[in-house]
Formats: sequence, C-alpha cells, structure tokens
Amino acid sequence: MSDSKDLLRAPFELAYNYKRSNGPVMSKFFDALGEQTILGTKTSAGKVFSPAAEFDPETHESLKDMVEVGPGGSIESFSWIEAPQSHHLIKKPFAFALIKLDGADSSMLHMIADCNEVDLSIGTRVTAAWSDTSEKRITDIKFFTLEK
Amino acid sequence: MSAEDTPKDYSESPINLEYFYTAGSATTRFLNQVKEGNIVGQGCPKCKAVYVPPRGSCPRCGVATDIEVPLIDKGCIESFTVVHIPIPGNPIVPPYVCAMIRLDGANISFLHLIQDVDIENIRIGMRIQAVWKPKEEWTHSLENIKWFAPIDEPDVDVATLRFQES
Repeated sequence: MSDSKDLLRAPFELAYNYKRSNGPVMSKFFDALGEQTILGTKTSAGKVFSPAAEFDPETHESLKDMVEVGPGGSIESFSWIEAPQSHHLIKKPFAFALIKLDGADSSMLHMIADCNEVDLSIGTRVTAAWSDTSEKRITDIKFFTLEK
Repeated sequence: MSAEDTPKDYSESPINLEYFYTAGSATTRFLNQVKEGNIVGQGCPKCKAVYVPPRGSCPRCGVATDIEVPLIDKGCIESFTVVHIPIPGNPIVPPYVCAMIRLDGANISFLHLIQDVDIENIRIGMRIQAVWKPKEEWTHSLENIKWFAPIDEPDVDVATLRFQES
C-alpha cells in the first residue's frame, strides 16, 4: 500500500458554458437592467414581482405588464459573508440579502456591500449601486448599499 | 440597428466546478506506469479477472487486486459510437469514433478514441493498437495514447468478450 503522500494529486476543473434562453418577459427585465432600470411584472390583482415572474404562482396567470420598481428597498433577510471565497464576486466582507424593492411585493436575492455587519438589520433601507458596464444581466446591479 | 443594439434573448450562464483530484493507491500505481509507456492492469487473486484501468479491488469478489498484470497495447473494439455532433470546446472534428477498448488479457474495457479508420467498416471485435504520443510528451494520463488504430489481424470472436466464469 502506498503512503498517502505518494498519491498522485491534480487540480481538475469541470466547466459548462451554458447559454440560457431568456424568453419574452425576462428579456425585457434584463434589457431594462442594461438601462439602469429595475422592472417587475404586475398581476391583474395588482401584485408586483421583481425579479420579473413569467406566471403568477397562485393564479397561474401569464404576466406581461411591466412596471418600474426600486431602486430603493428594504432588507427582508440577510446572511453576512465575513470571509468571501474565490467564487464570490465581492472580495471583501458583504451580505447576501433578500431585498423587497419599493413597489414590489416579492423580494430579490442580491448582495449588499460597502457597509459593516452591524449596519444591517431586517427592514434596513438599501439602494442599488450600478455596475460601470452594462451587460444586461443581474450583475448590472453591482450590489446594494445603505440608503443615504 | 447595429449588432450591439440587437436585443439578446439569452444570457451566458457558465458553471465552473473546481476540484482537487486525489488518485487512490491503485490509480497512482497504474498512472505511474502509464507515464513510462506501460499499461499494467491489476488482477483479482480469487477470480483471476484483470482490470484495466484498475480501481484497486474486484467488485465481484470484494478483495484487493494486488497482482500487477503487464498488458500489451493491442486489443479489440468491444463497442463503439460514431459521433456526428460537434461538442463545444472539443477540438476533434466529427465524424469520429469513441470506443470501449478491450485490451488482450483484460476483463474490462475503457473508453478511448479510434482514428485512421474507415467509419463504414468499423465493427465490434475489430483488432486495434495504441498510437502513442512522442515519449517526451508523456504524463500521468491515458492521453499519452493519442488514439487506437485498426491493425491487420483477424477479428476477435465476440463470444470471447463475454465474461467467462472461471
């Protein structure tokens, strides 16, 4: 039996270069992000989903009406990341949070940065900070920061 | 409307999984030999089955395969697929052939590429031999074998590929 230090070891990377079809509703949502605007979809009962939902999960109604929401909102819940790892987009301590944007009835999972853990609590007001480059993706919102 | 203004109806969603692979002792023994250009299977002391590539134990008998069995780089095609659809990132141009290779003296097969073959003529039992990369390119990998190519020997009787109770 070989000593474990004699075993062969090697780094290994498995990568899938997927493209995801956005469809008519999410395309509008992502196009708007490229214009630094956050949209949601509105049900006939007036409920607003942001990120946009293609269907109302309760009534199964197909959703097409888009309304603008945010860019401010409040924290519904959060998880502080004290030691970001290589796959995290933000390299200093930050939070993952569910943010209910103004005008929306659902919440968006995103990041909150440029703050300390003690600054955050459920209900704290935050606002979108935009990325310098527009790629029509969710990361066009760089992260959320504390509302001044 | 320029290409950049065209609304895009898809998002890039790459997924990357980074591993650190540790070969077990059986695979380490095997790959150390592969680096030297040798194919060494491992035999079961109980049922005498020869495994290449070896995993260190016999799944039938549940015992360690501690017998080293040097093999030659010749064998036959146990099964094959002709690939016609290009796979993104794969430099091999279709159509090409992937086959399960059964080396002479082995009881299991492994997947490798077949080249220098007339695709119309490929068949189970066809005799093949490894085509190695230049020695200076050898690493701890079965990719030291570029592919397997047909050789001018009579086909193997398919019945002999079935597992023989000993």
